Amino acid sequence: MLELRNIHKTFNPGTVNEKTALCGLDLKLNEGDFVTVIGGNGAGKSTMLNAIAGVWLVDEGTITIDGDDVTKLPEHKRAKYLGRVFQDPMNGTAATMQIDENLALAARRGKIRSLKKGITSKEMAYFKERLATLDLGLEDRMTTKVGLLSGGQRQALTLLMAALVKPRLLLLDEHTAALDPKTAAKVLDTTQKIVDADNITTLMITHNMKDAIAHGNRLIMMHEGNIIYDVSGEEKKNLHVSDLLAKFEEVSGGSFANDRMMLN
Amino acid sequence: MNIMNLFGAMPGACAQGLIWGIMAIGVYITYKILDLADLTVDGTMATGGAVCVMMMLSGHSFGVSLLVSFIVGCLAGLVTGILHTGLGIPAILAGILTQLGLYSVNLRILDNKANQAINVDKYNLLVSLRYIKGVPFYKNTILVVAIIIAVLVGVLYWFFGTELGSAIRATGSNNNMSRAQGINTNAMKVIGLVISNGIVAFASGLYAQYQGFADVNAGRGAIVIGLAAVIIADVIFGRIKGNFAFKLVSVSFGAIIYYIVLQIVMWLGLNSNDLKLLSAIIVAAFLAVPYLKSHYAPRKVVKKGDTKDA
Repeated sequence: MLELRNIHKTFNPGTVNEKTALCGLDLKLNEGDFVTVIGGNGAGKSTMLNAIAGVWLVDEGTITIDGDDVTKLPEHKRAKYLGRVFQDPMNGTAATMQIDENLALAARRGKIRSLKKGITSKEMAYFKERLATLDLGLEDRMTTKVGLLSGGQRQALTLLMAALVKPRLLLLDEHTAALDPKTAAKVLDTTQKIVDADNITTLMITHNMKDAIAHGNRLIMMHEGNIIYDVSGEEKKNLHVSDLLAKFEEVSGGSFANDRMMLN
Repeated sequence: MNIMNLFGAMPGACAQGLIWGIMAIGVYITYKILDLADLTVDGTMATGGAVCVMMMLSGHSFGVSLLVSFIVGCLAGLVTGILHTGLGIPAILAGILTQLGLYSVNLRILDNKANQAINVDKYNLLVSLRYIKGVPFYKNTILVVAIIIAVLVGVLYWFFGTELGSAIRATGSNNNMSRAQGINTNAMKVIGLVISNGIVAFASGLYAQYQGFADVNAGRGAIVIGLAAVIIADVIFGRIKGNFAFKLVSVSFGAIIYYIVLQIVMWLGLNSNDLKLLSAIIVAAFLAVPYLKSHYAPRKVVKKGDTKDA
């Protein structure tokens, strides 16, 4: 359903800060895949997600979603295919707007925004129902400004918003990294529920190898702008953190002491 | 220093404050909703008056003239919007460029004169400083402008509750999130700038009628007065929990307070040439207050998102 073909991206070309982030990346996802992505800092994980989301255009290669070539589409036009949750909980929601208003914005993703009412009473009932599934009590605080919520609550809300209109592809960019371990576990749990409920094709970057193994049906490891390891099915289920560490040491020459990658 | 002189000047201060209140509502849209400081208004605050007066001098009614003022203001906003979003010029600079260019345009509109008078006895004006005392109540400028503000607030309240209006608010609140939700943030910024400058030019048309002349320098420092009204409203009425319509109305009250303060300072003996300096000091002080407060006397509970408002 998603196909990346020969993707190249270099930042600041021709300057001292030149950085090749993706070089010849190929990736193909099947409908319903839940793929976890791991790799060290600067491996190109977030760059890959941003390339798919259209934050900027790639230098070379093509990106297709369900057969539609989106390579040249600007970010806001690609939004109709994608649900996105960011690492920073502040990024996924509008802090100065209410919970219901944020949901109403998400409900119109991929649709033309006209002079019709920004939020209808029928929608309100539906939002209340969906918020209740998060089990955070947010359904009783629909007119609260999102800025007053905690990071975990905001991430959970962002997840709900990303899936409110079923996306063809859900992009999760280390969405639990900024949360405390307990909240992170809860948000990850919510993620799994939302993905399962609609069988959403998902790409999830994580720094936590245990999570990468425990979730999804496929795991890819990135290094220097390319995929160096790709497992799925039974083989993935039987993976251990030690296997991944060995693999990682093999490609990086054993020097991952400085890396942010979590060992637990 | 007769106190009666001060009281006598109050209705005029209120009328001027209300007209600038309309202008300040325009500034509120860019500064508060879109989180952009748009300096185009220093140009459009002269353009609207120039268009309005020249059209009325050539025989058009105040209604048609004000409508054209509004449209010309929208076009000025469109230019700034395109410079900013289409050509990547920082918003402040884009506004300054349009404002500078407008100076020449305004002179052209005014037939290469620095100002053009419109006589209240010869032309049928909607508002005038002569319509404050001794006219039937329905002609009273304070009432007329208050009704215009009520209608304007009503329309804006409706608009910013629509899908499109919500998308503009979201753009000002969080660019990244808005694009991820499929909002064309560039288009939203342009629409906001267009509406804002249209409203400012409309206020300018009213102000020129009120004063009885259009002046090419009428807009100098307009952004500061607009910001003053927005910030005074924030400091005085910000604690009161109110909806969007209340916020807009409080902005026009902010403008009235600004003009009353000016009136008092002039009554105390300050020269009108010193007013610009005074305006700058007032606005700098009001802008500094929230910052200094948060730095030297932090509140116990710091709410997320407050930093942006400060």
